[in-house]
Amino acid sequence: MSAGKILSTDSITMKFGGLTAVSELSLDIYAGEIIGLIGPNGAGKTTAFNMITGVYEPTKGKIYFKGQDITGMRPDLITKAGISRTFQNIRLFNSMTVLENVMISKHVRLKANPLDAVLRLPRYIKARREHYEECMELLRQVELDDVAHEMAAALPYGKQRRLEIARALATQPSLLLLDEPAAGMNPQESLELMDFIRQIREQFNLTILMIEHHMEVVMGICERITVLDYGVTIAQGTPTEIQNNPRVIEAYLGAVESNA
Amino acid sequence: MTLETFLQNIANGISLGSLYALIAIGYTMVYGIIRLINFAHADLLMVASYAAFYGILIFALPWWLSFLLAILLTTILGMSIEKIAYRPLRDAPRISALISAIGVSFLLQNLGIVLVGASPKPFPRPENLVWNIHLGGISFLSLAVIIPLITLVLLAAVNLVVNKTNIGIAMRAVSRDFETASLMAVDVNKVVVTTFAVGSGLAAVGGIMWSLQYPQIDPLMGVFPGLKCFIAAVMGGIGSVPGAMVGGFLLGMGEVMLVGFMPDLSGYRDAFAFVVLILILLFKPGGILGEHVVEKV
Repeated sequence: MSAGKILSTDSITMKFGGLTAVSELSLDIYAGEIIGLIGPNGAGKTTAFNMITGVYEPTKGKIYFKGQDITGMRPDLITKAGISRTFQNIRLFNSMTVLENVMISKHVRLKANPLDAVLRLPRYIKARREHYEECMELLRQVELDDVAHEMAAALPYGKQRRLEIARALATQPSLLLLDEPAAGMNPQESLELMDFIRQIREQFNLTILMIEHHMEVVMGICERITVLDYGVTIAQGTPTEIQNNPRVIEAYLGAVESNA
Repeated sequence: MTLETFLQNIANGISLGSLYALIAIGYTMVYGIIRLINFAHADLLMVASYAAFYGILIFALPWWLSFLLAILLTTILGMSIEKIAYRPLRDAPRISALISAIGVSFLLQNLGIVLVGASPKPFPRPENLVWNIHLGGISFLSLAVIIPLITLVLLAAVNLVVNKTNIGIAMRAVSRDFETASLMAVDVNKVVVTTFAVGSGLAAVGGIMWSLQYPQIDPLMGVFPGLKCFIAAVMGGIGSVPGAMVGGFLLGMGEVMLVGFMPDLSGYRDAFAFVVLILILLFKPGGILGEHVVEKV
């Protein structure tokens, strides 16, 4: 196994009863890459994410993260190991503030127990201040610090998407999974998003695996792309190879749907 | 009604309301986190009371040590119940866990009857904890002061933990969205078991103070307070911690005032709580402080 390989799925399969949502998916992702996972609706992309992040345990196959077998591990442990994600339909903690949303994810890196808190021990106050500072710093980096104390639900759509990414970053991942980050965005916003994704990759030293329907985003930003159709991998390659692959054109590009 | 009896009633209402509030928090927190009505919660009152009772009478412990041990024991019991009876059913339909909760409740009650007998026992009132206070024309037990005081301290602590600590933020996150929380590295099991620990601890304190206030204990003693505290939690808005506090105080006060102002109706004291429940469910099913529930798509 190459030293730079960060995630590798070895023929993972997910069956729900008689339905095979994902069949024999093999991905190899190297550190620092931006990889695209595309395919028509219902192709099994989100299911693949759910297997990688531990929401589902694959019916078959193995998942290795940094050489460690994480197949069927608990989601919180996988996140602690360094995989974080966003969701297709934004799933923020709506009735909590922007800052609190980030704090939840960050809390894993924090040592202070409730007793310290109730007794207001100095080490609690210190840890808490550091925690607060770190979270604010993160919000500054994604330019959400001005709305830190607003309710997540009150943010405009674009900022909610950004907050979801910030929340995922707070867990200090080395691999970030983005599930349709450009969904519902206009071309201008999509462009900004692409810049933002490139920027956080540099800043946080990330490897990124993204599901996306916007072709201009996928083709513009991803270095390699895997195409799923009905759970089956029909193509893998660079954007140019994918664009010229007849099977992909037939299954997917021939029927580009507007997802906005 | 004279001013004295009115004040007396206020004092009684506050005491009863405090007890309801303490116990209601356990219901509301557990419901908030795992959407389960923990019927066994009521019986933790009874377990705590018997543990305190035997600590003093059989093991001759000082009352405070006995109370502390009883609280500890009840907390551990609450956590064990979660682990044994609810955790395996976490992914099962909600009704399964509910039935499991009813089962645990019956188990505790009947285990109580088998182990300690069904006949009521007098709960000891330590002299340096319970005494009579005369103030102007009214006289009341020291408990009328101690119970609300302890309750306020505990409620403040719970509020602090829920709002200001990481485990508290994690609790709120888990109560919003289990799966997302776990994907944000929150250890859901730890959060759930902590919730049970807090709820059970408060139930134990509530149970012991209940037994001091109404010093007769029996294995089914938890049933009615439990139901009423559940009503208090629904009234305040189940899932909301401040709601449980408000609901508890309102229900306690309402009950005492009903009896105070309309002594003829004192026989309907228990019915009062259920009438309140029905009215709340009819007109404001979300409760006083409950949030408007929107079903997720």
